[in-house]
Amino acid sequence: MSLKKKGVALAAASLAMALSLGACAKSETPTTEGSTAAGDTSSSAPVTTAVGGVVYMNGTEPQNPLIPTSTNEVGGGRILTNLFAGLVYYDETGVTKMDMAESITSEDNLTWTVKLKADQVFSNGDPVDADAFINTWNWAADPANAQLNASWFAIFEGYQEVQDGTATTMSGLVKVDDLTFTMTLTAADPNAVLQLGYSAFYPVPKSGLADMTAFGQNPIGNGPYKLASDTAWQHDVQIELVPSETYKGDRQPHNAGVTYKFYQNTDNAYNDLLAGNLDVLDQIPNAFLENYESDLGAGAVNEPGSTFQSFTIPSRLAHFSGEEGTLRRQALSYAINRQEICDTIFAGSRTPAKEFSSPLMPGWDGNIPGNEVLTYDPEKAKELWAEADAISPWEGTFKIAYNADGPHQAWVDAVTNSIKTVLGIDAEGDPYPTFQASRTAITDRTIQTAFRTGWQADYPSIYNYLYTLYGSEAADGNGSNDGDYKNPEFDAALAAGLTKSDMADAAVEFNKAQEIILRDLPAIPLWYQNISAGYGSAVSNVIFGWDTVPIAYLIEKA
Amino acid sequence: MGWYIGKRLLQMIPVFFGATLLVYAMVFFIPGDPIQAMFGEKAVNPLIAQQLREQFHLDQPFYMQYLIWLKGIFQGDFGMSFSGRPVIDEIAQAYPVTVKLACIALCFEAVIGVILGVIAGLTKGKWFDTTALIISLLLIAVPTFVMGFLLQVVLGVKLQWFPVTVGANQSLEALVMPGFVLASVSIAYVLRLTRTSVAENAHADYVRTATAKGLRRGQVISRHILRNSLIPVVTFLGVDLGALMGGAIVTEGIFNVPGVGNKLFQAIMRDQGPTIVSLVTILVIVFMVMSLLVDLLYAALDPRIRLA
Repeated sequence: MSLKKKGVALAAASLAMALSLGACAKSETPTTEGSTAAGDTSSSAPVTTAVGGVVYMNGTEPQNPLIPTSTNEVGGGRILTNLFAGLVYYDETGVTKMDMAESITSEDNLTWTVKLKADQVFSNGDPVDADAFINTWNWAADPANAQLNASWFAIFEGYQEVQDGTATTMSGLVKVDDLTFTMTLTAADPNAVLQLGYSAFYPVPKSGLADMTAFGQNPIGNGPYKLASDTAWQHDVQIELVPSETYKGDRQPHNAGVTYKFYQNTDNAYNDLLAGNLDVLDQIPNAFLENYESDLGAGAVNEPGSTFQSFTIPSRLAHFSGEEGTLRRQALSYAINRQEICDTIFAGSRTPAKEFSSPLMPGWDGNIPGNEVLTYDPEKAKELWAEADAISPWEGTFKIAYNADGPHQAWVDAVTNSIKTVLGIDAEGDPYPTFQASRTAITDRTIQTAFRTGWQADYPSIYNYLYTLYGSEAADGNGSNDGDYKNPEFDAALAAGLTKSDMADAAVEFNKAQEIILRDLPAIPLWYQNISAGYGSAVSNVIFGWDTVPIAYLIEKA
Repeated sequence: MGWYIGKRLLQMIPVFFGATLLVYAMVFFIPGDPIQAMFGEKAVNPLIAQQLREQFHLDQPFYMQYLIWLKGIFQGDFGMSFSGRPVIDEIAQAYPVTVKLACIALCFEAVIGVILGVIAGLTKGKWFDTTALIISLLLIAVPTFVMGFLLQVVLGVKLQWFPVTVGANQSLEALVMPGFVLASVSIAYVLRLTRTSVAENAHADYVRTATAKGLRRGQVISRHILRNSLIPVVTFLGVDLGALMGGAIVTEGIFNVPGVGNKLFQAIMRDQGPTIVSLVTILVIVFMVMSLLVDLLYAALDPRIRLA
């Protein structure tokens, strides 16, 4: 998932205000208590641990219909995770576990056999069988259906033919029997199973495929929750989910339901949290970062998250190619006092980057050789800059582009000031009015400055950060390699990791690949965005997943 | 009278087309690409982008897009929004709460503004007048969002007298605080307008005549001073209703009111042309209707004015 929604969510201006937790919490939102209590009293319900009340969590109005393959932003994504179940899911430690699948096996990492658990159904009774998965994926890959997540299916053999219009179904997906099918990939990938937990791979029932427009407004899933009623999704207001009695997997709800309240900005959500009208807020607004830990006490959360932030200097810019470019990038990296910016600008809500992936990823190292380039060392910075000047003298102003509708100006100014002071050159921010304006300039490669970049993992793997942002195949508009970094040595190191079938071994190889980019610095790592969140005293067991979203089904409410 | 209304209604047609065309053009030329925005920071799949462009008519030239949007209006669904819903649904859901909010704000303005203004006008130069002027100055000077946050934290979070945010709870109780915040600046204007007007008319010849012929003070105030003083105030209130509906973006943001301001803000952030223009179109119509009503009210308040 991209950083887009963060920018939008935080765009509204905030006002710093000191306040302390209100003495008593009174519930202002009794509207759903009645309807949800009746939700899981059905006699056919499996034994669940569902107890207590409905948990109120913050959310944003989904930007797209609630179709798994057209939802690519967190507002809709966090709802889909609860409504649907994929072949696998990610548990609270980021480890991939079987959900709908009984087993997913392969001899060669190329052709995978999926066996589904028996007797699993959608909440309307439609079976969760091999057809449900195959038909949904084929439908989504068809460009005529314009699904934003279609590219996810590019891992399957036959995707290209469907895109070209020479086939209507992907040849890589073959049904064996009702509960078994095989997936043939375009290239061997031991990480294939990891990706399958992403929301794009959730199945849609037959009835949904028949009329996706209606389905998108009233989705029927196979996950631990379902919509509370036909009117459960009140646009721009909230969405009410209740436990689904048809779900038999391991993600059994620990509560009587989850209601996502949609907020226009997190400032008012924070005030609702203080007043007891909201149980969990996954993003403390900037204005309250200084105080929230004292406001919320035990309910305050502050830990490194999986969002990696950086800025990218394309090598097509003058003075940033070849040997000179590498020296200048290293000099710039040494010139940034990350710790001080994290502490002062972000009030400790960022953690300085130690490498190109996040501490939440399985196999994260944090001590990769060469990562001293991410420390603050003014002497070293000046020295390297002078070496680069010896190749070709620097002229002009070093600029970092950012979108002014997101909360970026403060840190961009801090970074450029740090560079200015250490290197003695002109440096400044270059604001674009909106996120889209900056993205357009970046994707059509007309941008003539360095620019802000970042990544939040799509699935819990270091590979996702590295390949997607710096792999040669993702360059030139074919992926998210916005700086068009191409280095066969790096590609080969990543490929070496892919041949390992053990995840830990693979991570070791990926970290070797990171040594190469720590030297070349296709992007200059800055910091990880911390999970700065809070929850009220009525709830417990609030755990944040690898994607920094609180795991709804685990939350308990008295 | 009927002829006058008919003429005014006919005049609305060119205004409607002119205003919508202008707004559409402005939205069209906003830099950035909505399809790009839909993909976030992910790579854009060109085939799918093409499909989406066709679906939302973004591959058409400007005038065609405008005509297609007009067609949507006359079909009654205002076209499809990028989130896959007919725009009319979004309008139908956003407008009621905003209208409610604007009406509450208008009540605050009319009641508080006029009453305080009349008293201040009649006691010009006395302590009440001076206090009222200072308070109105404060209301004008303090930005809406400061007032909003302050009331939200004090009355909502600390004292718990009012709900902190609106959201699903769109009751009168929940809308009172945002309604007051929305009205605050206008209350000051209404107060000052009424005060000046009343103070001026209090010394008019006809008021002296009315007093001289022996009318009681109350009758003089309500029949003679007030009726003449209210003409500029009514004009202001009428046009302000439109401004309250369109200008509630900040207030709606603070109190999480799922109304027009919120919808408009989101649509602008996501570059959703048809939604922006449709929402603004309704506002344009509201403004036109309100200004017609104000003109009609003029005639009712002031018999000297004949509409023709």
